[in-house]
Amino acid sequence: MITTFAAALNAGLRRAMDDDPKVVLMGEDIGRLGGVFRVTDTLQKDFGDNRVIDTPLAESGIVGTAFGMALRGYRPVCEIQFDGFVYPAFDQIVSHVAKIHYRTQGKVLAPITIRIPFGGGIGSVEHHSESPEVYFAHTAGLRVVTPSNPADAYSMIRQAIMLDDPVIFFEPKRRYWDKAEVDFDAEALPLDRARVCVSGADATIVAYGGTVASAITAAKIAAEEGHSVEVIDLRSLSPIDFDTIEASVTKTGRLIVTHEAPVFAGLGAEIAARITERCFYYLEAPVLRVGGFDIPYPPAKLEKHHLPDPDRILAAVDRSLAA
Amino acid sequence: MTNKTDYPVQLIQPDGRRVLDREHTALIADIGPEQLRALYADLVITRRIDTEATALQRQGQLGLWAPMLGQEAAQVGSAYALRPDDYVFCSYREHAVAYCRGVHPTEITRMWRGVAHSCWDPHAVNMTNPNIIVGSQGLHATGYAYAAHLDGTEIATIAYFGDGASSQGDLAEALGFAASWSAPVVFFCQNNHWAISSPVRIQSATPIARRAYGYGIPGVQVDGNDVLAVLAVTRQAAARARTGGGPSFIEALTYRMGPHTTADDPTRYRSAAETEEWARRDPIARMRKLLERESLWDETFERQVGARADEVADQVRTATIDMPDPAPTQLFDHVYATPHPLITQERSEYAAYLAGDPDEATARPEGVPT
Ligand SMILES: Cc1ncc(C[n+]2csc(CCOP(=O)(O)OP(=O)(O)O)c2C)c(N)n1
Repeated sequence: MITTFAAALNAGLRRAMDDDPKVVLMGEDIGRLGGVFRVTDTLQKDFGDNRVIDTPLAESGIVGTAFGMALRGYRPVCEIQFDGFVYPAFDQIVSHVAKIHYRTQGKVLAPITIRIPFGGGIGSVEHHSESPEVYFAHTAGLRVVTPSNPADAYSMIRQAIMLDDPVIFFEPKRRYWDKAEVDFDAEALPLDRARVCVSGADATIVAYGGTVASAITAAKIAAEEGHSVEVIDLRSLSPIDFDTIEASVTKTGRLIVTHEAPVFAGLGAEIAARITERCFYYLEAPVLRVGGFDIPYPPAKLEKHHLPDPDRILAAVDRSLAA
Repeated sequence: MTNKTDYPVQLIQPDGRRVLDREHTALIADIGPEQLRALYADLVITRRIDTEATALQRQGQLGLWAPMLGQEAAQVGSAYALRPDDYVFCSYREHAVAYCRGVHPTEITRMWRGVAHSCWDPHAVNMTNPNIIVGSQGLHATGYAYAAHLDGTEIATIAYFGDGASSQGDLAEALGFAASWSAPVVFFCQNNHWAISSPVRIQSATPIARRAYGYGIPGVQVDGNDVLAVLAVTRQAAARARTGGGPSFIEALTYRMGPHTTADDPTRYRSAAETEEWARRDPIARMRKLLERESLWDETFERQVGARADEVADQVRTATIDMPDPAPTQLFDHVYATPHPLITQERSEYAAYLAGDPDEATARPEGVPT
């Protein structure tokens, strides 16, 4: 079936709620409105307002009460309305949700999924376009994932909800309206596995979330110019599937990592370091990073410069190939 | 000020008659014919700014707008109670407060167009820029008020926020700090009954003003569509702040007539009947009835007000359309107050990239050791 990213998530949430009565959704405006991106559309109508809970306007409250519910055996799925609003909940996530399993030596689970629309490209105002993934990837005890297409959206949200660890589930908001074929019965790739979405031999681009589509476009343009570029969709940001990247880089000898988040101390740095360790003798060029600048997310009229577009990615591919 | 939520303070009845409330009428005893007309004019002008900006968004000139339609009296009335040296902390819907503080109409839409994160110079008008993280400004206002008190400056600091924001931990912490420090701050909650799709009952089981009592802060509910009542209670709270009486809490009962923002569709969550009921309590219509009763309204006056509103709306429109896109390298301006090598490097690399100078662009690419 041809489905949008948002509708695929909706179908995944619906399926998870059907499968397990302990799954509850909670967040601001998720009931009648169906969320500001309509990801939870009609779910409250069908499952009732005890399972699709419109909460008071308080993110620390949402995650903190979800934590309490999880201790009681529920599987809360929290919606944070926009990336920039997760910070009030940061303490609950990193101090409590992430650590309870470790603190109790495995006796307590916190199977909480925290859905966060993230990233830019929709021309919004401040605090609506951030890429805060590294704060969470840097925190032990959390899984961090991001689908980049409708099929993954459908399967990954279900896997995240079923997982016994807390998952930060980033949804690239500029992809909500992308449409693609989704096979609702297909077997899903494991949640922590990266996917090679374009194969190539000359260089590898690693991307995730909103930048995957830009990387694929860059690879197409490169192909027209006679360069065969492989594109990997990371999917899981913690843990990272280094085996898949390593296999690609041992073949291509060149790696470019791209993400919207600022480059300094970003995920690209982690990937560059590990791949340099693992593929030192295969690398033909230094690992390059193409990302957001090291600035606060800029006003809407400037975001096209800040977001890595196919041209900036291609410039890095050219640099890598020239090395 | 005493705790008062059983009957919201009201000074103008829906038919324009005055309410016999000696305590609060005394607070506006100086508001004569000219001031009444000025209040009315500002209600009309600020509504016109709002409808113009909404239209500009529909025409693609603004990325987004948060309409304040219906909330004019709560904003104009409270802003009239403030002195220029008082300080205002706002959220994103206080366009009428901004206008009354002296923000030029040509500055109101800048952030909404997406050319900058700010609209005006806060220190030029003693009012912060739109604050989008809801509720956080309650703490900022409390800190500012306390600092002003430490400086020996007798001013009031006011924080505007919504009914939804009252659920945030930051707001609870602000009330705690303000009470503990006896800070000269006025908490001004515009209860417009909706936080996007959430009715106020999701936020609070009691009148919001009553929550303040638990912190030892006096709270009052006021008819937020009654410009004189809002002016009276805000004057009282601001005077209390300036004279060492500590914090106060005002809950203005009003209604957001339009969508939450231009991206919102209120038909998904609320009934037309409810909106119509509130349309009958329109703050401008009520003030006009008062002026008519007191023989202060005539068609010449109405024409003058309309002409002034048109002129201001035209300023908003022209300025908005004329706002150029910022130059790309402005990305890197003002990230730090002092030079920062990483930003300096990124600025020059990106400028070179844009100029298409491959030598410059490859001189020291990110991640390549030198
Ligand atoms: C911390 C935070 N969470 C969520 C949001 C998204 N959001 C923006 S406005 C809003 C509703 C605010 O309602 P209220 O405080 O009543 O003010 P109103 O918009 O009605 O004036 C929400 C949920 C936000 N801006 N900040």
